[in-house]
Amino acid sequence: MTSVTNGGSMSERPRPLEITDPVTITVDGRSVEVQRGELLIDACERNDAYIPRFCYHPRMEPVGMCRMCLVEVDTGRGPALQPSCMIPTAADMVVSTTSDLVAKAQDGVLEFLLANHPLDCPVCDKGGECPLQDQTMSYGPGESRWVEEKRHYEKPIEISPLVLLDRERCILCDRCTRFASEVTDDPLIHFINRGSNTEVNTFPGDPFSSYFSGNTVQICPVGALTATPYRFRARPWDLERTESTCTVCSVGCRVTLESSRDRLLRINGVDSDPVNWSWLCDAGRFSFEATNSKDRLTDPLHRRSDGSFDPIRWSEALAAVADVLASTAPERLAVLGGARLTDEAAFAWASLAKGVVGTDHVDAQLGDGLPADVFDLPGASIDDVCRPGGTVIYMGPDPKEELPVLFLRLKHAAVRDRVRIVEVTPTATSLSLYAAASVHPRPGELAAVAGVLAGASIPDDGVAGVDAEHLRSALSVLSDADGPLTVVLGRANLAESGAVVLAAAAQLAGLPDVSFLPVVRRGNVRGAVAAGLTPGRLPGGGRLDSDTHWSSVWPTFPAAPGADALGILSAAAAGEISTLVLLGADPLSDAPDRALAERALERVETIIALDAFEQPSVARAHIVLPVAMPGEVDGTTTNAEGRVSRVRAKVTPPGTARPDWIVAVELARRLGAEWQAGTAEELRNELVAGSPRLSGTEWSVVDAATDGVLVDLSAGTFDPGPPPPVPQVDSYSLRLVLTRELYDHGEMLERSESLVGLSRTPTVGISTGDAERLGVTSGTPLVVRGERWSITLPARVSTGVPRGSAHLVHRLADSDPIALLDSGELACDVRVELA
Amino acid sequence: MSASATNGHADGTVTSSGDTPLIVSSRFDVPDAHTLEVYRTSGSFPGYAGLAAALELTPDEVRASVTAATLLGRGGAGFPAGVKWGFCPPGVWPRYVVVNGDESEPGTFKDRRLMERDPHQLIEGALIAAYAIGAAQVFLYVRGEMPHAQERIAGALNEALAAGLVGRSILGSDFSVDVVLHWGAGAYIVGEETALIESLEGNRGMPRLKPPFFPAAKGLYMQPTIVNNIETLSNLPWILHHGVDAYTAIGSETSPGTRLVALSGHVRRPGIYEIPQGTTTFRDLIYDDRYGGGIRDGRELKMFIPGGASAPWFFPEQLDLPFEAKPVGAAGSMLGSGAVVVMDETTDAVEACYSIVRFFARESCGKCTPCREGTTWEEKILERILEGHGRPSDIDLLLDVADNISPGPYPVAADPAQELSAVPFPPKQTTICPLGPSSVAPITSAIRRFRSEFELRITRRDLIPVAAGGVVSSDGEASSDLGDERRVDV
Repeated sequence: MTSVTNGGSMSERPRPLEITDPVTITVDGRSVEVQRGELLIDACERNDAYIPRFCYHPRMEPVGMCRMCLVEVDTGRGPALQPSCMIPTAADMVVSTTSDLVAKAQDGVLEFLLANHPLDCPVCDKGGECPLQDQTMSYGPGESRWVEEKRHYEKPIEISPLVLLDRERCILCDRCTRFASEVTDDPLIHFINRGSNTEVNTFPGDPFSSYFSGNTVQICPVGALTATPYRFRARPWDLERTESTCTVCSVGCRVTLESSRDRLLRINGVDSDPVNWSWLCDAGRFSFEATNSKDRLTDPLHRRSDGSFDPIRWSEALAAVADVLASTAPERLAVLGGARLTDEAAFAWASLAKGVVGTDHVDAQLGDGLPADVFDLPGASIDDVCRPGGTVIYMGPDPKEELPVLFLRLKHAAVRDRVRIVEVTPTATSLSLYAAASVHPRPGELAAVAGVLAGASIPDDGVAGVDAEHLRSALSVLSDADGPLTVVLGRANLAESGAVVLAAAAQLAGLPDVSFLPVVRRGNVRGAVAAGLTPGRLPGGGRLDSDTHWSSVWPTFPAAPGADALGILSAAAAGEISTLVLLGADPLSDAPDRALAERALERVETIIALDAFEQPSVARAHIVLPVAMPGEVDGTTTNAEGRVSRVRAKVTPPGTARPDWIVAVELARRLGAEWQAGTAEELRNELVAGSPRLSGTEWSVVDAATDGVLVDLSAGTFDPGPPPPVPQVDSYSLRLVLTRELYDHGEMLERSESLVGLSRTPTVGISTGDAERLGVTSGTPLVVRGERWSITLPARVSTGVPRGSAHLVHRLADSDPIALLDSGELACDVRVELA
Repeated sequence: MSASATNGHADGTVTSSGDTPLIVSSRFDVPDAHTLEVYRTSGSFPGYAGLAAALELTPDEVRASVTAATLLGRGGAGFPAGVKWGFCPPGVWPRYVVVNGDESEPGTFKDRRLMERDPHQLIEGALIAAYAIGAAQVFLYVRGEMPHAQERIAGALNEALAAGLVGRSILGSDFSVDVVLHWGAGAYIVGEETALIESLEGNRGMPRLKPPFFPAAKGLYMQPTIVNNIETLSNLPWILHHGVDAYTAIGSETSPGTRLVALSGHVRRPGIYEIPQGTTTFRDLIYDDRYGGGIRDGRELKMFIPGGASAPWFFPEQLDLPFEAKPVGAAGSMLGSGAVVVMDETTDAVEACYSIVRFFARESCGKCTPCREGTTWEEKILERILEGHGRPSDIDLLLDVADNISPGPYPVAADPAQELSAVPFPPKQTTICPLGPSSVAPITSAIRRFRSEFELRITRRDLIPVAAGGVVSSDGEASSDLGDERRVDV
């Protein structure tokens, strides 16, 4: 019997398995060794006896619903038809996957499934990659005896802004509904009605608004669920596919890039066991639309004296940039951004800045992430964090908002694998429901709570606004721990300095055998830092002042450690920086000090921007170089764990846009450097050759590794520096919590037409206690007034916000509360009053 | 109680064969038996005396007694209750008792009467079961369409709670049980124990596959759970009060005790009758004046269903089978839920078949493909035949669709006239639960015995109005543009 593929076979292979408890079973007359207790359907597939299926998915609990995987199983009491997705293997089982009885049952199930199926394959997006089509060809009757009228429904109905449901095509396999309830815990779609009138639907007026809704389209075994961005765009046989890595956040999910006629049309998840288990968030799945945006920059631009941009040739642009770089004193030149570049482009730009120009004023982040020192902590992988029976201190942003697939992994770990989570976040998050304990310290005082978790005594009145009882319950989770202890560390609150998080990490680093998963939002911060795009460090992670390699390879070398992003902006505002290079960075929108960013861009003489879009900071640039976006460049990327994996080019960039690394190499040559690297591969190997810690991540190795290569990037020593002071509490103010959400008005999402408009309406979240004090309810307009700025927003009264805090969200509207922040302060106090 | 006691279906009263006592229906004729006061002082045992007797024993002794009494489950499968209780894995707590009061099998209406007329007997039985397995919580799941039963049970529970018979320290002992009354939402399938558990958990009522988990090992909230039928539990107080020997003295050796039978259809006196198991035959039940009193209007028996709509049909040749699971199974059907439906010679076999198939098609939960799509397909084919649009190939199509739900020879009674022997129970199935295969029972039973009636429906179209699509020739022979060949459609 022909083996058939199941909708995007790369996402649905059996989970990797190491046979530790072997038993011998007989499959179609062959004796094979399988793991005791693994599901028969997987055991047979692993041993070249693929069993057809619809409802079974290797990443979800089996339900035995479609009955397609019936095989004859004999456990000593005679053969019986059993659903192989529900049967654990046991010694001496005799299985027939092809007997006449099995063939008749499978034939029968297919005929039943097709009875009411509309067979509109010629106009169905799934046609050509449809498990129902494929399996009908392999196992089905080939003809139908059904002469009755088929079931009819309105088609299709919109169950969310991104997903459409055609109930006539649905074969009721429970995959989407199981995914929604079991994998994401967004049980917004369910079966309604009974018998052959059973249908999948939402509750009226309650759409399937899940951040993960696109996965249901990927796992649908028919064309019942389609996604608006792909619907009617291509036929599967016209698509070309390549495997790559998503760089929308730092989880680094493995994906397939699928294109037709040099246009990205679809992204699907690939089952990478250590990372994403085939799931993607909708931002990662659908934001490729930005790549096809008509707003892409296609030609280099030069600012005319009247302020408008003029397109110019690349040769002119590069000559102009080279002139500026050559004529700027190294200490007056700074490079900001690069966290969305490939490792190779980051390395090329680090080499250009540090080794050719000679400046160390280089920072891939914008002061909105964490100091690069956190990467020196002993590292933990996602699998380490989710290891069954382990304990996790979660001290980061709401994972569902900023690291969606990490949320799925953590939720699974907590619900299925007995992982106990102690959540230390400024407000309640999506994880709170699954956490064994939650504490919400006052912004600015994170280190005090970390100190308690690390063993400091608990004062009777608590610390950092957290009462002693809650601290004790968090502590008891840690003291009960008998598995591995890991910390997920990130910047939960933009209004709280990264130095505060660093100080908290320093406290936790004292716990025995603890390891850290540093999560920063942008896709390749870790790779950019490892490639040297951070002050005081060199490619490979070594420190500037103890280098032995790069100083001998590069023509020049920075004289002294440079400033970080906020330092660069301060220097620029003080007139100490004359040339600023922006590598896809938008300090005006993202720096946690808008006034400072404004002054800095105002004072700098020349701004050179490499970007795909004319975002606010690019609009201030003097020379703009259009660059390629993900899907258009070859290279590698490094996720939060330190996993190096390939990103691949599938389509060509629009106009004359080109990869960032080519720009760096070209400029280096124009500045007189003898740099031979002509491909991303050569750059990678040059980086690895000079970086002992990156050994094992040579191009050829990473290129061959589906799951990427996990490298230990930690330094072995961690120097957090002196702890910052604790900011004074002003009892008339609330302390600002500024977080990010998945759907915001960021550049990528604004240019992805399907995702525009999905962001929430901004509100100011306050505790029930503060609401009572102010005499307001949800919806009452409130003024949030800071030293520099104020904004009026409707109140959102929530038990998830601790008393004394005001919760706002970054970049949900043009009027962005990031303008409240002052980077000189460790935390931000605001007055919240009736408007 | 005697044979001459008030009888007949009008008020649902019952009778015994006179020389054996009534076990579960002894208070059916007693006014206000649903109150605690009357329950304590009427019937075949003093109310709550069985529970008191049980509390004198250890839980293991209670279980041993019930096992020794060979109390067979009355829900349909007929598995010994005491043995089932023993399947709870040792040392796993908490455990639950779930009372299956979702009686909805067509033709079955005996549990309803037990709930309405004698709720305390049921509660007492459930408490004894809870004591025997060590459960501290009992869930009483009552069918949504039986509000009267619910009111009666709720009232009885309140009385029992006030009297210290449920709740903390029952009858002054250290045995405490919390009883939760739960109202179903109207799905036949929830009578299947795993679907009932799903429903209790707040999920859609769909059966779970067993294996891997049987409820006794992993049931409600994945804890050991004993699901017992109303009638099964209602037997317990009597057994504990009168003792095992008194119980096994009734009925046959392999099926002791009595059975409550819901007799309906074309008999003179339909109703609920408590009969000794194993020693009463179907002929007794249908023809004896103590029970059905014969076919209405003196007509001939055409067929009868011995165990609810799910059971394959029996015919006059099977009348002398005893009311006992084993011989009935060997003869090609089952006792099921204790519902005997009698059909006389005026019954149209095709209509009867359609009526039952339609029920299963409407009640399929939608989980397994063969049942969800197959039962509806069967319904549509039968409907088409009855509408006069049947094709000669439809009879074999029906049988093959049925075969794809329940592969292999389907249980069916012997037919001496055609020299066909019986296929014993149970059937094979491609589905999780037996609902889909149940829809096959009327089809195989009717087609094997009354194929000519189907053929007549198909060929004699002159008898039936013809809609567009089919053309009837002058000689009555149907010629249809719907070919008999499989249509190429994929």
